[in-house]
Amino acid sequence: MEDMILYDRLQFAFTITFHYIFPQLTMGLSLLIVFFKWKFLRTTVEKYNKAAKFFMKIFAINFTMGVVTGIPMEFQFGTNWAKFSELTGGIIGQTLAMEGMFSFFLESSFLALFIFGEKLMGQKLHFLTAFLVFLGSWASGWFILATNAWMQHPVGYEILENGKYVLNNFSAIFGNPWLIPSFLHNQMASVVTSSFVVAAIGAFYILRNKQVEYGKLFLKTGVVFGLIASLLVAFPTGDWNAKNVAKYQPAAFAAMEGIFETEEAGAEIVLVGQPNMVEKKLDNKIAVPNILSFLTYQEWDKQIPGMDQFEAEELPDNIPALYYSYHIMVGLGTIFIGIMALALFMMWRKKLFTFKPLLWSIMFLLPFPYIANITGWYTAELGRQPYLVYGLLKTSEGVSPTVSSGNTLFTLMGFIALYMLLGILFLVLVGKTVNEGPNTQKH
Amino acid sequence: MELFWYITIAIVLTVFFILDGYDFGAGIIHLFFAKDEKDKAVITKSAGLFWDSNEVWLVAAGGMLFMAFPTFYASVFSGFYLPLIIVLWLIIFRAIGLEFRGHFKYQMWKDIWDKAFGVSSLLLALFFGIALGNIIRGVNLGGFENGESAYEAHYFFLPLWDGSFSPLTQHPGVIDWFTIIIGLIAVVTLAIHGANWIILKTNSSINTKLKSVIFKLNIALVALTILSLVVWQYVNPTSLTNFEERPYLILFPMVYTAGLIGLFFIKKLKKEVYGFIFSTLVIVGGITSSLASIFPAILPSTNAANESLTIYNTAAEDYGLSVALSWAIVGVILIIVYFLVQKKLMSGKIDDMDYGH
Ligand code: HDD
Ligand code: HEM
Ligand code: HEM
Repeated sequence: MEDMILYDRLQFAFTITFHYIFPQLTMGLSLLIVFFKWKFLRTTVEKYNKAAKFFMKIFAINFTMGVVTGIPMEFQFGTNWAKFSELTGGIIGQTLAMEGMFSFFLESSFLALFIFGEKLMGQKLHFLTAFLVFLGSWASGWFILATNAWMQHPVGYEILENGKYVLNNFSAIFGNPWLIPSFLHNQMASVVTSSFVVAAIGAFYILRNKQVEYGKLFLKTGVVFGLIASLLVAFPTGDWNAKNVAKYQPAAFAAMEGIFETEEAGAEIVLVGQPNMVEKKLDNKIAVPNILSFLTYQEWDKQIPGMDQFEAEELPDNIPALYYSYHIMVGLGTIFIGIMALALFMMWRKKLFTFKPLLWSIMFLLPFPYIANITGWYTAELGRQPYLVYGLLKTSEGVSPTVSSGNTLFTLMGFIALYMLLGILFLVLVGKTVNEGPNTQKH
Repeated sequence: MELFWYITIAIVLTVFFILDGYDFGAGIIHLFFAKDEKDKAVITKSAGLFWDSNEVWLVAAGGMLFMAFPTFYASVFSGFYLPLIIVLWLIIFRAIGLEFRGHFKYQMWKDIWDKAFGVSSLLLALFFGIALGNIIRGVNLGGFENGESAYEAHYFFLPLWDGSFSPLTQHPGVIDWFTIIIGLIAVVTLAIHGANWIILKTNSSINTKLKSVIFKLNIALVALTILSLVVWQYVNPTSLTNFEERPYLILFPMVYTAGLIGLFFIKKLKKEVYGFIFSTLVIVGGITSSLASIFPAILPSTNAANESLTIYNTAAEDYGLSVALSWAIVGVILIIVYFLVQKKLMSGKIDDMDYGH
């Protein structure tokens, strides 16, 4: 039973991590495509239209990958988490079914029209299709985050005698206090990813001295969007999420922040340190006193419960991973703001396009928003442990009763192999598209 | 409420098989009959433009099933674990085959993805048929053996096959000769459907040939159907009781038969769209007749100890089902609108079109 749960969790974690590489780009990129298309409508400068169409090509490759890796996610609720699905399906099935109905249909129908229909429908309608694709992908994020928010902070339910969770208040699902902060934070984070990608491609063109006109456009757009989104990710949305965790999941909060012992006169904020699970303390710690209490409650000496206040079975089961994930996310977030602010400053001084070290940095920063997003999710998911539905249903109670661990290990290895192949193909195709650039004669 | 959702999901699934069915079929036809590059390109394009918006019907059906019949979703998805993972792999290969083919001009690149698309379409059609076969045959719910259930009464786990490949043993596997027959019916039906789609949407050089292919496949389909009906009497002796008790259900097999008969006239049809309509009738009739024969069960039990899963004992509670009804109405209206817009803008033959792409 133990390794059963382990393989199920690993398979879910692996496949969702891979899936989430794609939607985080498509959600943010669709916003930038709408922006380019809108610029084109306003100015009728062909450059903007080509930019929109170029990114739609990249979007389309990501979209295909998002779809093919998304279907295994939906299947897995039933295949690997059957007990969970049986018990909570009446609730999370709602949001998942709505996602299918309201977002996937919208997105896929209008994506086809955007890509193939420009000549058939004129520019205004073409802009509209881009906008509807954007709407569809954000709606998708909304419904999936509603699902996740319910698991983090269940509302609007009732538990029957046979253990089933039934819905008794539909609007509560969408009025969940966990949902809005997490949706806004997550969407801003996906705009960060896409802006960094756009900026990195821009920097690449400028450094290679190829398609420079587009390079400049992409870089400028990426920097402006990137800075705004990075700021919004940290404040107010990141801060807001942290307050929610402190309020609704205090045990997870203590583990995330690395507070082993409760301090009477206000909690310090840890900047550096490694959790030492044997001695229950942080090694080589650098911390600033009282800041955490202030950030969380706006009171310098507010007491924040440490891990010593909770029973072992209420604490997340992998505290170091949770702690590192959280600190990597926040650390990267700070770096993003720094780099993008510097880039904007250089842009204002008109030195951005010639200042090579910054261009190289922006290009090599490309993977890091992905890492920040994924560690952000790890923070959320590891923090929710040991529960599947916070406070109510343990992860160990959700697995499929009939699927043996050998089967799951086998399929997990299969997914790893298949996704490696998909990953390589994806990189080849995106690489080729970027290499051809927006200014190709053929199309 | 249960009945309403059952019918809705059945409709969504049928729509999926009608829509995605043609690009599965196009894949099968492509694998066996498309020889020159131009035909191959145009056939993959006739499928590639639409597969994604067709596949959402499957995703939507899955989501609704999860919402409305969570116990069924949980039981079936975990019980058919291995075949479902195989299906997932096939879905993935088919999609990337279609999408990635056009990205490079090398012949070998195209050939690889053509085969990926063709073979996975074929196998998927087979597996979907096998799945339907399993549903109407029933499974050993509860893992019942020697007077005891191994799991809770609504769970089960099937191996891919057991040594005898017989549906008549106590614990048949996923694949036995009854489910294979149903699988073959699905392959032939979708091949016919895909051929009709190619004829309708393209000017490919094989269109005339495809008409005689359809004719021959249709003979095979009739033979397979009769065979399956005979076998079914052994596998499930009560399969006809529903039709005796509720004679109006006979409508469904009649739809199926009408489609079959219509397809024999394929060479004489005045409009290409008629052929497509007849194969649609076969699909609709086939799915609805199968479901009607086991109704209200959605997964019959092959042992006497554990009750079959029905739409009543697997459904979510009424409150949830009725709120879902109100949003689903809005959803359906929107979907119909998108669908009409898309079909309107992209009507006509694929190869005559200039999409500005
Ligand atoms: C570019 C990505 C990115 C960046 C730079 C940040 N985050 Fe984040 N964060 C995410 C991407 C993300 C995410 C992947 O989008 C998460 C996971 C779940 C969610 O809704 O958003 C998330 C969740 C998340 C949570 C909820 C954890 C839980 O649910 O247990 C908190 C408290 C923060 N973030 C806080 C911050 C703070 C204070 C940041 C300061 C800079 C920050 N994040 C930067
Ligand atoms: C919003 C939709 C999501 C839902 C409904 C969801 C649900 C789940 C479920 C059911 C599990 C398995 C049980 C468990 O181990 O807790 C899980 C685990 C996990 N998920 Fe999520 N998840 C979502 C999004 C994400 C994303 C986007 C990521 C990362 C990119 C992620 C990362 C993980 C990880 C790493 C685990 C394993 C945690 C562990 O084993 O301790 N999740 N999630
Ligand atoms: C366990 C959780 C998840 C499940 C079950 C899931 C399911 C799916 C499915 C079935 C698809 C394919 C839809 C189609 O056929 O068009 C898909 C695509 C997509 N998913 Fe997920 N998903 C999960 C997590 C997430 C998360 C966390 C996000 C973002 C917040 C997300 C955003 C998207 C988007 C935007 C798409 C559209 C394709 C794309 O743009 O890449 N999904 N997902």
